[in-house]
Amino acid sequence: MNGVHDMGGMQDFGPVEPEQHEPVFHAPWEGRAFALNLAAGAWRKWSLDALRHQIELLPPADYLSMRYYEKWVAAVSEKLVESGLITRAELDGGRPAKDSVKAIPALTADKVPGMLRSGAHASRDVKIAPRFQAGQRVRARNINPPGHTRLPRYARGKTGVVDRDHGVYVFPDTVAHGRGENPQHVYSVRFTARELWGDAASPRDSVYIDLWDDYLEPV
Amino acid sequence: MSGHDHSHDHQAVPSDPALRVKALESLLTEKGLVDPKALDALIDTYETKVGPRNGAQVVARAWVDPSYKARLLADGTSAIAEVGYGGAQGEHMVVVENTPQVHNLIVCTLCSCYPWSVLGLPPVWYKSAPYRSRAVIDPRGILREFGLDLAEGVEVRVWDSTAELRYLVLPERPAGTEALDEAALAALVTRDAMIGTAKVCVPAGAAA
Repeated sequence: MNGVHDMGGMQDFGPVEPEQHEPVFHAPWEGRAFALNLAAGAWRKWSLDALRHQIELLPPADYLSMRYYEKWVAAVSEKLVESGLITRAELDGGRPAKDSVKAIPALTADKVPGMLRSGAHASRDVKIAPRFQAGQRVRARNINPPGHTRLPRYARGKTGVVDRDHGVYVFPDTVAHGRGENPQHVYSVRFTARELWGDAASPRDSVYIDLWDDYLEPV
Repeated sequence: MSGHDHSHDHQAVPSDPALRVKALESLLTEKGLVDPKALDALIDTYETKVGPRNGAQVVARAWVDPSYKARLLADGTSAIAEVGYGGAQGEHMVVVENTPQVHNLIVCTLCSCYPWSVLGLPPVWYKSAPYRSRAVIDPRGILREFGLDLAEGVEVRVWDSTAELRYLVLPERPAGTEALDEAALAALVTRDAMIGTAKVCVPAGAAA
């Protein structure tokens, strides 16, 4: 989806404003929001890609004005309802329905260290022939899918060189919409700054973008 | 939230994020979907245990041990696991090396991907529109805003974290630190140096 989240190359957002001695969370609710997201995600009812897409679906003005963890809460709330873990009435009313049966949490405190230690691997140990090799020239396809994609707009139609093959990973464009893992090779592709931004860019600089087989075509 | 009422207010969901989060946590806890103690443990992990000190240890090890550095650059995930780090948002790590000729900068233009296992949770500026938008089109301008004015002859490589690979910059070891041990070196390494928006500096008097 060509949304406002796809920000690479925009120029009108003003200066970067680092904060000295920044806390991990700026208010207790930010920590709770962060943790709620992980704890709810532990039910494995939605993928990380689906959650990312849910955030992308926020109206653009909201996306730009909401606090970061506020966006997480908005997205996870939708996923909780969509997955059936809660109902819309429960979300709006803030209390369980009368017939709600109490569950046992998917993530209890004792399981937290193990969950964080193992993580969630997006790589797949399957033999799939790579379509491209390191050193090969490739073009990022000019596609504009209405759903989730990790091919940023600024790279589409641009030519680069495969820097390395990262191996086989699930494909976000299908995973986010429940259409299967569609595992395929991911490559780091080097695009020169001049290819991306024109002759005013530095002749030395480049951007490396991680791209799946389905995003690329041979040159 | 004062319980049920029957007003015609369509703003049933509180607009204040703090109230909304509190209401959601309370609902999910009552339904047995989340354990508040698990939330406490998650928050404590990223407030007190997992942060840039992890990455700093990896960098310091690479500075003192050339064979470790070679492993780190060849297979970041395994080499970082040797130091004891990995897991959530560090499952697939790539380490890129700064040299006098090459400067690396990490960004996620599409969302906020960041190597939690070695740097903790990202700062607000990393997730902000100004950084995400301009890091790829004007990295030198961004670096100048951070006080780093690179010579024209230096090659800038920006890494856009569009997939599940997570990137860590191995900064240059500053001159004058030859006598420092691994722990003292780790103390010099900053979060920003491992994102690529700073170099590692030696505070006056710290060098041996």
